[in-house]
Amino acid sequence: MAVKTIAGVQVNLTEEGYLEDMNQWSEEIAKEIAKEIGIELTPKHFEVLNYLREKTIAKENLTIRGVGKSGIVDIKELYVLFPKGPLKFSSKIAGIPKPTSCI
Amino acid sequence: MPIIEPNKTKLLTMKNLLILGAGTSGTMMANHLRHKLYKDQWKITIVDQYKTHYYQPGFLFLPFDIYTEKQVKKVGKKFIPKDVVYIQKKIEQIFPEENKVQLEDETLYYDVLIVATGSKIAPEETSGLLGPLWKKDIFDFYTYEGALALRDKLRNWEGGKLVVHITEMPIKCPVAPLEFSFLADDYFRKKGIRDKVDITYVTPLSGAFTKPTCTTALNYLLKEKDIKIEIDFAIESVDNETKEIVDFADRRIPFDLLVTIPTNMGDEVIAKSGLGDDLNFIPTHHNTLQSLAHENIFVIGDATNVPASKAGSVAHFAAETLTDNILLYIDGYPLKKEFDGHANCFIETGNNKALLIDFNYVTEPVHGNFPFAKFGPLKLLKESVFNHWGKMAFRWIYWNMLLKGIAIPFVSRNMSFKGKVFDIKPEK
Repeated sequence: MAVKTIAGVQVNLTEEGYLEDMNQWSEEIAKEIAKEIGIELTPKHFEVLNYLREKTIAKENLTIRGVGKSGIVDIKELYVLFPKGPLKFSSKIAGIPKPTSCI
Repeated sequence: MPIIEPNKTKLLTMKNLLILGAGTSGTMMANHLRHKLYKDQWKITIVDQYKTHYYQPGFLFLPFDIYTEKQVKKVGKKFIPKDVVYIQKKIEQIFPEENKVQLEDETLYYDVLIVATGSKIAPEETSGLLGPLWKKDIFDFYTYEGALALRDKLRNWEGGKLVVHITEMPIKCPVAPLEFSFLADDYFRKKGIRDKVDITYVTPLSGAFTKPTCTTALNYLLKEKDIKIEIDFAIESVDNETKEIVDFADRRIPFDLLVTIPTNMGDEVIAKSGLGDDLNFIPTHHNTLQSLAHENIFVIGDATNVPASKAGSVAHFAAETLTDNILLYIDGYPLKKEFDGHANCFIETGNNKALLIDFNYVTEPVHGNFPFAKFGPLKLLKESVFNHWGKMAFRWIYWNMLLKGIAIPFVSRNMSFKGKVFDIKPEK
């Protein structure tokens, strides 16, 4: 665990740069993390991020399929918004835990 | 004054506990509960449309001729206690508001329902997967038929590009595709054609190992076995003409032989009954295993949406908590929020070695000894021959202990921290 200041706020990050506590998240923090990845956030990005956060709070599983059926974007558009790792990068920017398998 | 015979009163007050699905979870619950519920108060019924009970972990070994057909299947009824009514019929629909389940030609009413309908592959979810190459150059090993067809293919295959591919998460036994890749490396080495086979592991996740401790401890395995990896690959379609899998960003990976894990979904009866999420898994309380929508419906095993591995070992630990909770529910007590997502799995790494991992919802696999803190004899997160024999012995344990609800000695339902060593520093 590491402490880092993002957008003027001290946050706890995992070794892989994901927020430890999704409640520390803000739109400003999202913009900063996205910038490091090389993504400029648009309102469409935020719609996806908010959807992911809502699902996480509701303890529902996050899948690319789910985002594709969310009515916000289809999977192709998700790839355009978050190239090269849609779920990996969108979850990092949304301040939610990294999607994992069992090992 | 009418005279009511004593056994008639019993019939009038007799309650019904209904279990849907006689797979690993359903069978275990029937065995646990028959020993705990009074026979003159509770009638237990279990329904499954299939006659055969498969030892699903064995499907990993069938393609490589390590197990035979006979070793992975038995008649399911053999494992159901004789005081449990076993109905071999198709389930049409659950009506949760009316506490009833419609079978193909009869209706069953319940006081308590346990849904254990599992998960299965849905290859039709991926465009082109069921095209002309299906069962010719494209195979699954998550079904008995698929594993056998793949075995027949491998027996005569002379080499080329082998692609082992996961469509999307969650899948049953998330580590099986990786084990398949390790066993394939071993299989082709022993056949003397490893130099003619190019193995690529394709995952929608960001690595073969997604948990930091595992990445650090196990990444050497891929290198050692010369397995290439493609990450963040979310498949859009299979191109049957060019023999490539294509993702949503138009990345293409060519194959001569594709071994794919199709989308896994819960049973269609769940969708039909309006009980599931978009993959037909039932929203379930992570720690009590009660359905979130109906208090007299409980869910166990692969049918739930809980973020634990879809695996028999998880179901085994879950069954112990669920048994207690059913008894508490019946007597009107609050449920135990006890289940922690505990999993304990052997992972075959080839060459007669295996790893053992022990983890739960929140704790990553770690190093250590298992089940005894000082002596082991099994080593966690390290390859050993002993672990491999543990996995081989597990088939016997499954048929003779696990299904019958006999607790495995020294292995507790919740993850224990004794003998665990938190020494792995994840790489940045």
